[in-house]
Amino acid sequence: MPHTSPLLQVRGVFKSFPGVKALRNVSLTLGHGEVLAVIGENGAGKSTLMKILGGVQQPDEGEILLDDKPVRIGSVREAASHGIALIHQELNLSDNLDIGANLFLGREPSRFGWINQARIRSDAQTLLNEVGLRHSPSTVVSTLAIGHQQMVEIAKSLSLEARVLIMDEPTSSLSQKETDQLFQLVRKLRDRGVSIVYISHRLGEVKELADRVVVLRDGSNAGELGRSEITREGMVRLMVGRDLSQVYPRTTHSPGPTLLQVQNLRTTAHPRSRVHFAVKEREIVGIAGLVGAGRTEVLRALFGIDPCLEGTITMRGRGLENHTPADAIQAGMALAPEDRKQLGLILEMSVLENLSLASLRRDQHRGFLNRRAETDVCLQTLKQLQVKTPSVDQVVQFLSGGNQQKIVLGKWLAMKPKLILLDEPTRGIDVGAKQEIYRLMEQLASEGLAVLFVSSEMEEIIGMSDRVLVMHEGRITGELTRSNLSEEAIMRLATGEVAA
Amino acid sequence: MKKILGIFTLLMVVCLFTAINNPRFLTPYNFLNTVRWTSLFGILGIGVCFVIITGGIDLSIGSVIGLVGSALAVLLTQKHWSIPSAILAVLVLSAAIGLFHGLLITRLQLQPFVVTLCGLLLYRGLARYITDDQSLGFGADYEGLRLLVVGKVPIPFSSTISLPAPFFVTAAIALIAAIFLNKTIYGRYLQALGRNELAAKYSGINTDRMKMLAYLTCSVLAGIAGILFALDLNSIQPSGLGEFYELYAIAAAVLGGCSLRGGEGSILGVLIGTALLRVLYNAINILNIPTHMEFAIIGAVILAGVITDELVKRFAAKRRAAQAAAAS
Repeated sequence: MPHTSPLLQVRGVFKSFPGVKALRNVSLTLGHGEVLAVIGENGAGKSTLMKILGGVQQPDEGEILLDDKPVRIGSVREAASHGIALIHQELNLSDNLDIGANLFLGREPSRFGWINQARIRSDAQTLLNEVGLRHSPSTVVSTLAIGHQQMVEIAKSLSLEARVLIMDEPTSSLSQKETDQLFQLVRKLRDRGVSIVYISHRLGEVKELADRVVVLRDGSNAGELGRSEITREGMVRLMVGRDLSQVYPRTTHSPGPTLLQVQNLRTTAHPRSRVHFAVKEREIVGIAGLVGAGRTEVLRALFGIDPCLEGTITMRGRGLENHTPADAIQAGMALAPEDRKQLGLILEMSVLENLSLASLRRDQHRGFLNRRAETDVCLQTLKQLQVKTPSVDQVVQFLSGGNQQKIVLGKWLAMKPKLILLDEPTRGIDVGAKQEIYRLMEQLASEGLAVLFVSSEMEEIIGMSDRVLVMHEGRITGELTRSNLSEEAIMRLATGEVAA
Repeated sequence: MKKILGIFTLLMVVCLFTAINNPRFLTPYNFLNTVRWTSLFGILGIGVCFVIITGGIDLSIGSVIGLVGSALAVLLTQKHWSIPSAILAVLVLSAAIGLFHGLLITRLQLQPFVVTLCGLLLYRGLARYITDDQSLGFGADYEGLRLLVVGKVPIPFSSTISLPAPFFVTAAIALIAAIFLNKTIYGRYLQALGRNELAAKYSGINTDRMKMLAYLTCSVLAGIAGILFALDLNSIQPSGLGEFYELYAIAAAVLGGCSLRGGEGSILGVLIGTALLRVLYNAINILNIPTHMEFAIIGAVILAGVITDELVKRFAAKRRAAQAAAAS
């Protein structure tokens, strides 16, 4: 080992925000050429710690040492000058510009204000080769897939000669293939001596990639696992501070009569593909596939958000044609969309107002609000889903991700739906809240509802589904039942290698 | 509520300042005149408040007033229509304009700013066309109808003071609007879609229909105000009637707590905002400030109000944060 001392050391860092002690005496070390995973439930302090390292926030107490020398990281610029680059959950690219322009944004090679395009192009090409992205530097960023945009961001930090790369949930919106590409890149960088701090909710990935794991819980160090100690159970135990005997509370259901029948459905996203499937009562059906396979579009078409180009949708024997979301709700459907904050919630409104939004119409008194029904519905749902909120008047944006997701679901439970459509129901929420969502899905199915859910998390698809539909480029390439359900089988269908 | 209190305080300060400098401000005549103008302009503010709540804007209000006033004068004095049919016709016209805006904005997804800016030009041009760009007077034949604007309603148990008729018209409109926004599910829908249209749509709300309703309401209220403004002057000048009034309406709505980002707005706030604008105008007149300073002063006061509001908000947020930190 050429380096004996760690590259980066964090010692006894404290950080408070109004009302929250985000970090309490947190320490960690990062070796040269090491992939260190930092995990913890939502609110455990991971992001705060990373923001401190990236110069976005300053610690109240504690010190940071780089090569054994104390450093002050007062801004993102200072972090960059120390060779620390933070790759945010939300990417920081100007997507109207091309790759080259993004890579050299703010430090364009120029003479008298005149940008040297040729030099940008050639330097950008070198960087793109390095990260293994086969696109021309003149490609506009908005036309790239999310995974590729992320690689541009990594290329940018390489051009800044980053020694420490901090990645905050880099795979949360990547397909399996993109994730694999990213992992290859991460390993390549590590072998070149770059140290990587990797934050993720996905324990499977952590197990695959990390050399060492640091676990945070409630703003403090909860423990550390070496390469050989990294197991799912070990990580979960440290994260939640207790054993979780079973993550997926699945029981076998005996499906009832057919509830939803979809035939010949063509959506605007994949106008040349047709989709057929059915969902029975008391059944949990998962839709797997890569990002962009057309899974979300199917849910949107079912719920009447997007028009169907062709095809018939039948709920309980009744056809739905040119329907609006209101018609879909009338027919007994509910949809918890993928993007909670943009589509599922009105963040500035209260818990009460969000929960009652869908049922206002049913509970109205000739157009007037029915305050009593509104409050009753709200209190009942909060109790049923055990939502943690200080009051019904709390503005939703101040709740945690898990509680927000419960509000999205709760809005629909009050409508007593027959079919619940869930799009990535556990994205970005912590392990504990995930389990509650799983338990709820299970409970709804046992009460006779049907659940149709889209997920990019393999484990979740395999763990929760009675039956899995796999999509590839707008078509359903196969259907798997519990007897032939496996990660490999799903991936083969999802990548279009075989059509079952 | 705090926002309304703030703007109300500002209104009181301006009133006090004016009254101290010229006691004539407090005479019943001057006071009631200000109430009357506040009422007329308040109708416009209420209308634009609906549109602003949805996150939109309506720049065509002044031209709708001009067109409605002109059309009313043409129908009554040149075509000799009966009063009810002429009134009905111009109201239908303004409703059609609102629906037209709503359709372009929801179905064709055009930006409200662009649609209503074109409306501003279009309706002004039409007003001048149908009148040959000539002023038209109503003469003495419509004194009964004019009572709607110039009439006075005595207050019971008071022999000296009688309130101007527009006060009651506006009070009725404001009451209905406030009930609609705060007590009906549709009011909630409007506020929800103003804050997050997609989430509202995903909750089964017909957001397009609600937006059309907002533009319809705005144009119809502009139409009602157009009739009143025309009757008040007892003659119309097609190129000038209602000019810039959309800006007064928008300014009043913003002063009264409407956020141009959508989702926020209160009828009471808009009325107080309108009153503030009218009092300022009145103050400029009776304090012998040169009238060409009017726009500059009104602009400066609005800016000061908005800046104060923002600073107070930040101060409050800081104090809340400090309290929360102390409590933990």
